[in-house]
Amino acid sequence: MTGPDPVGLYRTVRLIRRFEERAIELVDAGEIVGGIHPYLGQEGVAAGVCAALRVADLVTGTHRGHGHVLAKGADPARMLAELCGRVTGLNRGRGGSMHAADFGVGVLGANAIVGAAGAILTGAVWARRRRGDDVVGATFFGDGAVNEGMLLEAFNLAALWRVPVLFVCENNGYATTMPVEGAVAGTIAGRAAAFGMPAATVDGQDPEKVREVSAAAVARMCAGGGPELVEARTYRFDAHHTFEHRVRLDYRPPEEVAAARRRDPVLIQGDRLPAAVRAAIDAEVEATLAAAVDFALAGPAPDPATALDHLYASGLTARTGGG
Amino acid sequence: MPRLSYRRALTRALADEMTRDESVFLLGEDIRVAAAGVTTGLLKRFGPDRVLDTPLSEQAFTSFATGAALAGARPVIEFQIPSLLFLVFEQIVNHAHKFPLMTGGQCAVPVTYLVPGSGSRTGWAGQHSDHPYSLFAHVGVTTVVPATPADAYGLLVSAIRCDDPVVVFAPAGALDVRADVTDFAPVPLGRGVVRRPGTDVTVVAVGHLVHDALAVADELAGQVSVEVFDPRTLYPFDWDGLLDSVSRTGRLVVVDDSNRSCGIAGEIIATVVERVPLAAPPHRVTRPDGAVLPFAPALDRAVQPGRDQLTAAIQLTCKDG
Ligand SMILES: Cc1ncc(C[n+]2csc(CCOP(=O)(O)OP(=O)(O)O)c2C)c(N)n1
Repeated sequence: MTGPDPVGLYRTVRLIRRFEERAIELVDAGEIVGGIHPYLGQEGVAAGVCAALRVADLVTGTHRGHGHVLAKGADPARMLAELCGRVTGLNRGRGGSMHAADFGVGVLGANAIVGAAGAILTGAVWARRRRGDDVVGATFFGDGAVNEGMLLEAFNLAALWRVPVLFVCENNGYATTMPVEGAVAGTIAGRAAAFGMPAATVDGQDPEKVREVSAAAVARMCAGGGPELVEARTYRFDAHHTFEHRVRLDYRPPEEVAAARRRDPVLIQGDRLPAAVRAAIDAEVEATLAAAVDFALAGPAPDPATALDHLYASGLTARTGGG
Repeated sequence: MPRLSYRRALTRALADEMTRDESVFLLGEDIRVAAAGVTTGLLKRFGPDRVLDTPLSEQAFTSFATGAALAGARPVIEFQIPSLLFLVFEQIVNHAHKFPLMTGGQCAVPVTYLVPGSGSRTGWAGQHSDHPYSLFAHVGVTTVVPATPADAYGLLVSAIRCDDPVVVFAPAGALDVRADVTDFAPVPLGRGVVRRPGTDVTVVAVGHLVHDALAVADELAGQVSVEVFDPRTLYPFDWDGLLDSVSRTGRLVVVDDSNRSCGIAGEIIATVVERVPLAAPPHRVTRPDGAVLPFAPALDRAVQPGRDQLTAAIQLTCKDG
């Protein structure tokens, strides 16, 4: 487990922020088709949680998953190549934004079905520990997911079988356009209480606080304490999806967005560093992303003849659609 | 030698694979006391860590198995009733089946979904009598429907060893079938078998209907020479084996206990007519479109494909052309 690392946390939030901004440019340029769900504003959560994990620890995430994958240590260049649908991408161009996975750093995949990732992570951590590996896991989900039955079933299984899973709710106030007040009866932390799981609520805009709360939970889980829940209060600065601007949905008061933007995790963490250190990291991140964009755009598109590759791990080949 | 029941063949396959491979474990509802009669004795042999009773949380434990598989285990889930597969269709189709491709080949999801007692068990009515194998074949999840004890053993073993998700449907109508089994060997997935050679018509029968088809073929002997083809695996399907049979007989009837529209029988007929000329139009005997099995025994039977319908379909096909 790492100690408090203000510089590392800043590097992560800054990397995610600039990754997202560059990715939006690539969406606008038509290089990323289908768009993305920007993580802008929520960087402190992924950065803080993943700073409390080791490389071998496991993570599953969501459709808004770039931050989780990057914070866990995936290569930004291969990640961006994946978003651009290139064979050089993390998933060889088969997954795209919502399915980015890097098993090499414990990322078992972003998941586009709301509420789905928690049960998968619980099973993965359980199986690894049964084999004798000393791993824990963290699974990210939004406030919308706490109304999905399968996630609540997963709370029960993890608590019952004492699987060390950190359930991280990124409460950004909205599920697409549905405000949390209109969707969640009771409280998010109260759902954990129902399963006898400890729960904490933390300011998700402060990466250090998120790291601290997560590290304490991870330490208790490693000591055999069973799963825990963290509700990170956060806000997405931008649209639900890059498509949203085109359809002009109107559901958040501009004052609310403006106020939330003043609590920016990149600024909050950046203010803790000497200006020179911060400037050096900014430059480093810029260079990393410039190289990532070049790498992503240089990667070849997959050969259409390979569209069914990897469909079956057993080597089964499917009949094609014919013609 | 004691004749082995289909159900015990499943038990033996589970025990043998758990012995052979530490990474195999079982989970499901009431499996520690073997409520469905398949996991009998396994708790005692392998302990509670490998025979896991689950809460009633089908969706979570199905995805839990996906996660365990991603982490290197080989879970086998036993489902108490076939309609539970509708609850976990999402978890199997959206996750287990899609993960290898979506991750660009970074993982495998070797989960076996075992459904003992699929199809109608008389008196169980609407929500307990489904036989949803065509849905899984449609999605492209490996789908197995063994008819005999030896195949129940051999196909379950192969399913557990397969690196992809596999659904094993053990039809209620086959669970009590007994046979002398001398050779306990894996049966390859995707390989059908001619159960009875014949020259006039190929009858493809799925699962327990193989036994009905054999009985009908016996009854018709002297009148029509019926070849009975048991595909054993519906996805992937043994097209070469079937085409070989139909090329010889020139006629085709399919009997399949799933719904007519978009059922496996339609796919079998379509593929055959694409590939070989037939002497007469093919026929299929299935459940009706959109079938829900009614409770009263006479109604339940009326909805399932029966021997009379099969006999009529064979006669019709053999009369034409
Ligand atoms: C089960 C399911 N229902 C609906 C959707 C469509 N959908 C995609 S994202 C989203 C909102 C999710 O909100 P939340 O869980 O709060 O996460 P956030 O987008 O705020 O990060 C919805 C409804 C889906 N992908 N999966």
